[in-house]
Amino acid sequence: MGLFDKLKSALGKTRDKVVSSFKTVLPFGRKIDEDLLDDVYDTMIQDDFGPATADRLVDAVRTAWKAGDIAESQDIITHLKQHIVAQWPPAHRDLAKADTGPTVILVAGINGSGKTTSVAKLANYLKKQGKKVALAACDTYRAAAVLQLTEWSRRCGVDIIKHDQGADPGAVAYDACEAAVARKADILLVDTAGRLHTQDNLMRELNKIQRVVEKKIPGAPHEVLLVLDATSGQNAITQARSFSEHVTVSGIILAKLDGSAKGGIIVGIRDQLDVPVKFVGLGEQIDDIEPFDPETFVEALFAE
Amino acid sequence: MFDALTDRLNDVFRNMRGRGKITEDNVREVMRDVRTALLEADVHLDVVKSFVKEVTDKALGAEVVKTLHPEQVMVKIVNDELINLMGPIDSRIPWVAGGPTIILMAGLQGSGKTTTCAKLAKYCLDRDKKSMLVAADLKRPAAIDQLEVLGEQLGVPVHAERGHKNAVKVCRNGVGIAQKKLIDVVILDTAGRLSIDDELMTEIANVSRAVSPHQIYLVLDAMTGQDAVNTAKNFNERLELDGVILTKFDSDTRGGAILSVKSIVHKPIKFIGVGEKLDRLDEFHPDRMASRILGMGDIVSLVEQAQQQVDVEEAAKLEAKMKKGDLSLDDFVKQMDKVMGGRSLKDMLKMIPGVGGMMRDTDMKIDEGEITRMKAIVSSMTPKEKTDPKLLNASRRRRIARGSGADVEDVSGLCKQFIQARDMMKAMAGMGMRDRMKFGTQFAQQSMAGGKMPSFKAKTKPKFKPGRKDRRKARKRRSR
Ligand SMILES: Nc1nc2c(ncn2[C@@H]2O[C@H](COP(=O)(O)OP(=O)(O)OP(=O)(O)O)[C@@H](O)[C@H]2O)c(=O)[nH]1
Ligand SMILES: [Mg+2]
Repeated sequence: MGLFDKLKSALGKTRDKVVSSFKTVLPFGRKIDEDLLDDVYDTMIQDDFGPATADRLVDAVRTAWKAGDIAESQDIITHLKQHIVAQWPPAHRDLAKADTGPTVILVAGINGSGKTTSVAKLANYLKKQGKKVALAACDTYRAAAVLQLTEWSRRCGVDIIKHDQGADPGAVAYDACEAAVARKADILLVDTAGRLHTQDNLMRELNKIQRVVEKKIPGAPHEVLLVLDATSGQNAITQARSFSEHVTVSGIILAKLDGSAKGGIIVGIRDQLDVPVKFVGLGEQIDDIEPFDPETFVEALFAE
Repeated sequence: MFDALTDRLNDVFRNMRGRGKITEDNVREVMRDVRTALLEADVHLDVVKSFVKEVTDKALGAEVVKTLHPEQVMVKIVNDELINLMGPIDSRIPWVAGGPTIILMAGLQGSGKTTTCAKLAKYCLDRDKKSMLVAADLKRPAAIDQLEVLGEQLGVPVHAERGHKNAVKVCRNGVGIAQKKLIDVVILDTAGRLSIDDELMTEIANVSRAVSPHQIYLVLDAMTGQDAVNTAKNFNERLELDGVILTKFDSDTRGGAILSVKSIVHKPIKFIGVGEKLDRLDEFHPDRMASRILGMGDIVSLVEQAQQQVDVEEAAKLEAKMKKGDLSLDDFVKQMDKVMGGRSLKDMLKMIPGVGGMMRDTDMKIDEGEITRMKAIVSSMTPKEKTDPKLLNASRRRRIARGSGADVEDVSGLCKQFIQARDMMKAMAGMGMRDRMKFGTQFAQQSMAGGKMPSFKAKTKPKFKPGRKDRRKARKRRSR
């Protein structure tokens, strides 16, 4: 099953349950009027676009309507699709790569957003592309976090560099960088502990991990990926902003897009921050990851 | 966490204050802003709509136009509605007599179930209840280990069956062991699942059928967006929830989910998780949460008090007097006694929105003895002196001091204070909220620097500090 089908079927499941989906508010051939625009706004809100973004998009639709560019409900979908998709140019979605030596990818996010699972999925994804992958278990804080990543490394068949629980995550990162270079790994994926963006000391700790990596491997980290939970609401924007203030966030992984939430927050985030979405998580299994494709995302969002 | 919403509402009401009276148009305009603020806070759209309608109706129905400060009455209406939306709630766990109380925990992936299970075990521990944790998350790698580590930290037994695939069996066995071991509370940790995952939802429904839990709690991330309501609805359909526990409340989330869940799913928020440590589980109190949302200090109780004690007409008269600046010492003392009785100036100033935070370190007390002394001083004045304290020369002051048994200094201090306060009130009567806040702080600083004064004294060590009994007395009097 391709991403599109997967997304569509995942979204389709809830589609039936949600009273007002785009399908029902935008019946074919309905003439555009303010009531219809209100319905579009409400639907966007229910998809977690947030009031500011929904306002902006509906305004754009209204302008096009007033200008006579669009007239009927189905035009709205086409119009919005173009509008939203244009925000994520393809070039921004590739993973950065080191010129020589290991490419270091730091993975961060709030508690339970899906970091460790995403690290495992990425490891599997990259390994399948023929890359030699190693994992760094820098979550030394949460109970059994090291064990969790160890189990994933076993299932993927990739190396893991770890210390005991309670160890200094900076020290783990340090060792992991040395090991990655020594073992000639192509990719080093660094899992970190979940932390709320409001916990200043923990955010500084994350920054310290980044600095350790920077020192050990010139040009690293090549990517800092922020894992966001697709079910989260407007707070995700604050998360993205705060993490960006402490580490050089270069991309987003939108996890749990297989749930009943539609992940509309990333549209709002794109509105306010220049951080591209790189991957989406679509389940708990190792294969449940896909590169982000805005066409498909928007398509699925508006799918009937 | 609610800061941003608070700021928004503050802005909204500040703007409103500038306009003086509340009209239907005002209310609708204000409510449009409130609506956006609530949506930004992730309150569910349906809830926002009905909330806005409810408040608008109430505001238009109430006699807000006549009152002293219409925006304060609006705040109170919004506040009451918020409390309505979230409560009433009994956050205690109804323990079962003579057998283990069985608690089933359910929720989406990553919502914080395992940690919350351990927090509940700690909660039991603190109440001298023997608890046991059951590791029924058989899906996520190392989930069992995680619960075992937490159990060990607490010294609470964990029932786990490694290599098992059947969560129903594990739970049933766990409960059986708990019964034999005379455990008071069994807490079942389950795997995270999507509410639209039929297979896994059936599994947890089967667990529920097999062990008949006394309490079923949904663990929900406080940062969840509009989907919170769908999730809660779906879980409730399959499990008949007894309550919801919201986690990660120590973040800066505005926590709209809290507003939505109760009003749509009709299930109470039982606890909120406010930190990663195992003792960071708080009982949920709607009233506290509402004032936290509004973040407007004690303004609500100020309005309540003012409504009880100063009727609308009198308030209007007073407001007019304040504006003209011809408040008399009689009015002054009467008002102080009514509104402030037993309260410190700090408390009083805290009631002015926005001032609370700035007032933290000052300790200015006005005690009951002083109110009595002030009354005595004022009653020794002639009617003319009461309205125009500038008449009070040295000899008049000595006379009043003798007549009231106070020091001459006290008399002078009261007069000075009164003139200051009268000017302040006159100025404040025509001010917007922001200016009032500034003014309030300036005033407080002035009073602090003002040296010996009978009232509004700035003290590092108050002469008389109300003990707990006094405070209770004061509270009782206020609530009457
Ligand atoms: N349905 C679904 N579940 C996911 C997805 N990604 C992760 N999960 C689940 O979410 C839960 C939390 O995932 P983790 O990877 O442990 O999250 P984390 O961010 O590492 O958590 P902490 O380290 O505790 O902060 C697990 O039960 C995962 O199986 C996804 O894309 N879809
Ligand atoms: Mg993790």
